[in-house]
Amino acid sequence: MSSETQKILTTDGIPLEVSLKKAERRNKIKAFLLVAPLLLFLIITYVFPIGDMLMRSVDDKMVTEMLPKTFKAMEKWDGKELPEEEVFAAFHEDFKKLVEEKREGKLSTQLNYTKNGFKSIIKKLRRKSKSFEEGNYKEQIMAVHKRWADVEYWKAIKRRAPAITGQKYLKGMDMYKNESGEIVSVEEDRRIHRILWLRTLEIAFFVTLFCFLMAYPIAHLLATLPMKYSNLLMICVLLPFWTSLLVRTASWMILLQQQGVVNDFFVWIGLVADDARPEMMYNKTGTYVAMTQILLPFMVLPLYSVMKTISPSLMRAGKSLGGTPIVAFWKVYFPLTIPGIGAGCLLCFILAIGYYITPALVGGASGTLISNQIAFHMKSTLDWSFASAMGLMLLAGVLAIYWVYNKLVGIDNIKLG
Amino acid sequence: MALPKHTELHYRIWHYFYLFICGSVFFFLIAPLFVIFPLSFNAEEFLSFSDGMKSLDPDAFSLRWYKDMIYGTKNPWGLAAKNSFIIAIFATIGSVLLGTVAALGLSSRHMPYKGIIMAVLISPMIVPLIISGVAIFFFMAKSGLAATHTGIVLAHIILGTPFVVITVTATLSGFDHSVTRAAASLGSNPVNTFMKITLPLILPGVISGGLFAFVTSFDEVVVVLFLAGLENTTIPIQMWTGLREQLSPTILAVATCLIILSTLILVTAELLRRRSERLRGINR
Repeated sequence: MSSETQKILTTDGIPLEVSLKKAERRNKIKAFLLVAPLLLFLIITYVFPIGDMLMRSVDDKMVTEMLPKTFKAMEKWDGKELPEEEVFAAFHEDFKKLVEEKREGKLSTQLNYTKNGFKSIIKKLRRKSKSFEEGNYKEQIMAVHKRWADVEYWKAIKRRAPAITGQKYLKGMDMYKNESGEIVSVEEDRRIHRILWLRTLEIAFFVTLFCFLMAYPIAHLLATLPMKYSNLLMICVLLPFWTSLLVRTASWMILLQQQGVVNDFFVWIGLVADDARPEMMYNKTGTYVAMTQILLPFMVLPLYSVMKTISPSLMRAGKSLGGTPIVAFWKVYFPLTIPGIGAGCLLCFILAIGYYITPALVGGASGTLISNQIAFHMKSTLDWSFASAMGLMLLAGVLAIYWVYNKLVGIDNIKLG
Repeated sequence: MALPKHTELHYRIWHYFYLFICGSVFFFLIAPLFVIFPLSFNAEEFLSFSDGMKSLDPDAFSLRWYKDMIYGTKNPWGLAAKNSFIIAIFATIGSVLLGTVAALGLSSRHMPYKGIIMAVLISPMIVPLIISGVAIFFFMAKSGLAATHTGIVLAHIILGTPFVVITVTATLSGFDHSVTRAAASLGSNPVNTFMKITLPLILPGVISGGLFAFVTSFDEVVVVLFLAGLENTTIPIQMWTGLREQLSPTILAVATCLIILSTLILVTAELLRRRSERLRGINR
């Protein structure tokens, strides 16, 4: 026997270890190449655009680029008294260029976000500035309107100098940076976004709770019934699951309207008078009822798939050891279903928190959620950066819930059907 | 579920109470769908049951709204249906191709960074639709694909692939890899092995993933609302507009057709699921 350890060689004479490593690497590359097309596609069309949302939400270049000379001149201004002639002259020059490019309207919209009252004075300035004389712009601009002589308005312009801002996020929380740079809340009666966030959480929570309370018994029934019955009943769960969301919302609109079937039924059994039919749609009730029914299958399916794996003999064992059915259920059966409860609640809550279509159709004013506000800013006010900021705040919330869930239960427990 | 004869009274009561609760929940789940059927045959222009309908008077029923759906001059349903089917079919093909191939890679035990890649691949399913809608709209607007069929198809591929990835990965988890090794040892090249051995075995998973992708695209309204122009209107968009503006019974006729379609899809999906379970049972 030789003293050296004999290296095992493959038939090609390469050491087996090296050859194996090579094969391993080749397999890794092969596996990765299979995933690569989809991964690349998603990164380009989906992950980057979400990054783009982030950029847009903090982007504030617009005013910075519209008034370059003004901001340059303002660097020396201490921001206490009215700025010097130099700033006014620079502003006049920037403004003249904007008027030539017909962009002064955009400037007024932007500045109006920062401080109300810019719209009219910019319009006025455009009319008057055509007849401005050379020199002494401070006097001439201040003469256009008394607000141009108010230092607060110049401070508001200066606040728009940085190209990056977090103010959209603050606005989403009903806060803003005041003149002295402190972060404060808006007045009590204008805190619309906080109400919306809280309402979104409230509705998502209660819809999840209702879904859980309704899904648990039927998932249990489905899991314990003999196959031939449970398959039939399963259709009741799966048919709504596969049916178009809009169809289901439409059916709730028909049921819940004032002349609808539910109200007819209430009148018929004498619960309400014919002339006092309650409003069940275009408010929170409508949102609750419709969303619960729509999200119920998402709770039933994970619960069912977990309950299906629990052997009935466990309950029998619990009972035979002296537990009443309630004790056996609570000590044996219920703990085993926790992964299903976790998966179902997570799914329901996350779907509910981002719901858009159903609240928009049956929610009215008091039943709309944060998603509706995002869509409103995307489509109506065209304040895309604000929509992006709110969307990312919502996304951060959803990811946080995922993270907690993953820590508690593990993400692998999610199943489809 | 019959109870044994010796069951005590309070358990008996409790049991029937439980069955009653279950029955009510099933009713709550399924009944709303059935209110649409009769009303879509309403002869009048109201969305509630007329007295004639309540007394089952044949004159109170008509096919008027179905005719309106198909022949109505001002109705965009024809165009919408055509668009919806074209978009859904191409989105399904794209999702199935990309998703299946990716699932094959993900199921390989050699796959590096599996966790994080899986997270990225299924993220469109997790992220609230409204956020996906905003992000995808920004991308499509930048690349000039907003208000084109291509743009909507791509958007629906994004939303549909997670379903394919999940179902196919699940099918592959019960897949016996020794059969592909056997094929390879008998001299089959990887493509041939895939087409002749792997694909037939995972086909139920692929098709049910494809069904998910199809339904996702066919029902999708949030992202399409951001992307579609007048030319690209789809059935969900028309439903959305109709439900917001004037609730006409024509919508109910369309809804009835959609319920029939979803029933067909449900039956197909169920048959496939059972077949796949049977196949996996044999493999084990």
